[in-house]
Amino acid sequence: MRVIVAERLTKTYSRGGVSVDALKDVSFTIDRASLVTFIGPSGSGKTTLLNLLGALDRPTHGRMVVAGTEVGSLDPRAAALFRGGTIGFIFQEFNLIPVLTAYENVEYPLLLIQRVEAAERRRRVRALLEAVGLADQQDRYPDNLSGGQKQRIAVARALVTNPQLVLADEPTANLDLANASTVIDTMRRMRDTLGTTFVFSTHDPRVVSEVEHVFRLEDGRLVGQETQAGVAR
Amino acid sequence: MTTIVKIALRNLVRYRRRSLLTASLIAIGVMAVIVFGASAGAFRSLIVGQMTDAMLGHLQVHQRGYVASIDNLPLTMLLSPAEVAVVERALRDRPEVEAYSRRLKFSGMFSNYTETTAIRLNGVNPEEELRTIPLLASRIRQGAGTLHPGEILIPELLASGMGVAPGDTVVIVATNREGSVNAAQLVVSGVLGSVTGPGGRDGYVHIDDATSLLRMDEPEISEIAVRLREFDRLNESAGAIRRALEEGRAAGAIGPTEVHTWEGLSPFYNIAVMIDLLAASATLGLIALVLISVMNVMLMSVYERVREIGTIAAMGTMPRTILGMFIVEGLLLGLLGVLIGDAVAAGAILAINAVGPTFDFGRETGLVLAPRLDLWQMLTVSGVVLLVAVAGTVQPAFKASRMDPVEALRHG
Repeated sequence: MRVIVAERLTKTYSRGGVSVDALKDVSFTIDRASLVTFIGPSGSGKTTLLNLLGALDRPTHGRMVVAGTEVGSLDPRAAALFRGGTIGFIFQEFNLIPVLTAYENVEYPLLLIQRVEAAERRRRVRALLEAVGLADQQDRYPDNLSGGQKQRIAVARALVTNPQLVLADEPTANLDLANASTVIDTMRRMRDTLGTTFVFSTHDPRVVSEVEHVFRLEDGRLVGQETQAGVAR
Repeated sequence: MTTIVKIALRNLVRYRRRSLLTASLIAIGVMAVIVFGASAGAFRSLIVGQMTDAMLGHLQVHQRGYVASIDNLPLTMLLSPAEVAVVERALRDRPEVEAYSRRLKFSGMFSNYTETTAIRLNGVNPEEELRTIPLLASRIRQGAGTLHPGEILIPELLASGMGVAPGDTVVIVATNREGSVNAAQLVVSGVLGSVTGPGGRDGYVHIDDATSLLRMDEPEISEIAVRLREFDRLNESAGAIRRALEEGRAAGAIGPTEVHTWEGLSPFYNIAVMIDLLAASATLGLIALVLISVMNVMLMSVYERVREIGTIAAMGTMPRTILGMFIVEGLLLGLLGVLIGDAVAAGAILAINAVGPTFDFGRETGLVLAPRLDLWQMLTVSGVVLLVAVAGTVQPAFKASRMDPVEALRHG
């Protein structure tokens, strides 16, 4: 079952009167419960593509269906509702809310976006903190967590709403090898247990070797895709 | 909502130095407005009290046109005994009227047998007058201050200028309405301290003496001073008395009359208006202070948290929730300032009352300033500050709520 269908996506920015194509005619599909990465040099269009998939931005041309929704035509309010219900985000800089504890950061989307009732919130937050191995750190503020711990909290936050798709922009760029592996392992485990699809961008060859599907972008074009044999599903 | 309040509170704590600085600024403004308002109000009440309770009464009834000619104390514009009876009936029917005093005002010559000068006199019934202006007794500087027939209370400037003391006999010469001159020998029973304003240099004689001096069969009356039970209902009461007298006029029982509150009789009213304007200016200053400081701090807050805003917006937080987060933060900042300001203001007012500072006003000396902690004023100032704090937050909060998440996440 396909969770993403992208057809001839083009995104053109106008900067100082000059048009720049960040993405050109990009088409691909991604199945449910996949672990997929987009790789490519800086400026190749990875972040732009993730923004489009996440309904944070709209394509200039082309069609994009994410989890059954034509996201290119959503207005800002509908896009926000869609993101809150369907997508989880993981950021390179972790982007945890500094005034909330680890527990509260994970709870945030359930509380202020999905308005889930308290008992269910507690159950889901605790389960995810257990799953990412940070239940004992739940009362700590982000400033008191290591980079790896922060990113695992960010993974838990992205997953707590049971999204169909998690988008991660360079999720391991600020992590050492051990922490990067832990984060990728966590994602894989969550994919296996929850059936969530993970799509992320990276430069990191250590990460590339650990995912099944790799899409390669160059100058805004999709120049290759491969399925890596030997990577366990 | 609890979570939004929690986040807002923690963000205030996160930037604690800035929050405290802004809250202190608001607190100083709140304190200044409340203390100034209370002190100015106390000063105003004190002076108004002096004017009304020692001289004017709360309001006065005259024949129409009398006040415009009051400098001449005309004897041609008096209320006849029949008209006075109509006015008295109207006043007795009003439950808010506590007392009234009939006055026959005239000018005359004052002689100590060696020198003569002009004097303005009020012929009054002393019991009525003391019920209407109870602070009159406190103006007696020398002598027993009684006002039996044959006695006169003279203003202290005249007493010192003419070298007259209680117990001395003086002569009053007056011309009546028909131009007939008459004189009376009176004994000085007291010297009156002055009150700033019209009539502050007036003397008092018994109304029977005034009637006889002016060769009247029955006393005719220049003005009726009225004291109300509730000063706060001054204009309402004046309106009711006016209406009652208008009805009497329509029935042909009385000629045209005029009812003036103290505001229309005392030049201090203009000072009182200035005091009110100053208090309003201080409040406007406070509003500007709160608006600018809260808006400034919230704009900084939004600018510093662009990426954070981008993150929560990307996660699907609705713009109204983001708007709410910042507005609650501004509101809490204002609330912190208000609470500190109210507490300090209350302390300052208690301290002023404990010290009891005195001041002079005109010829009144040693007046004690006693500002009152007015809960209603405190609530009003606090409410205005909170509203302004929210108003100052709206623009930054709106900016945050409308932020494009892609641009915000790109922010360094």
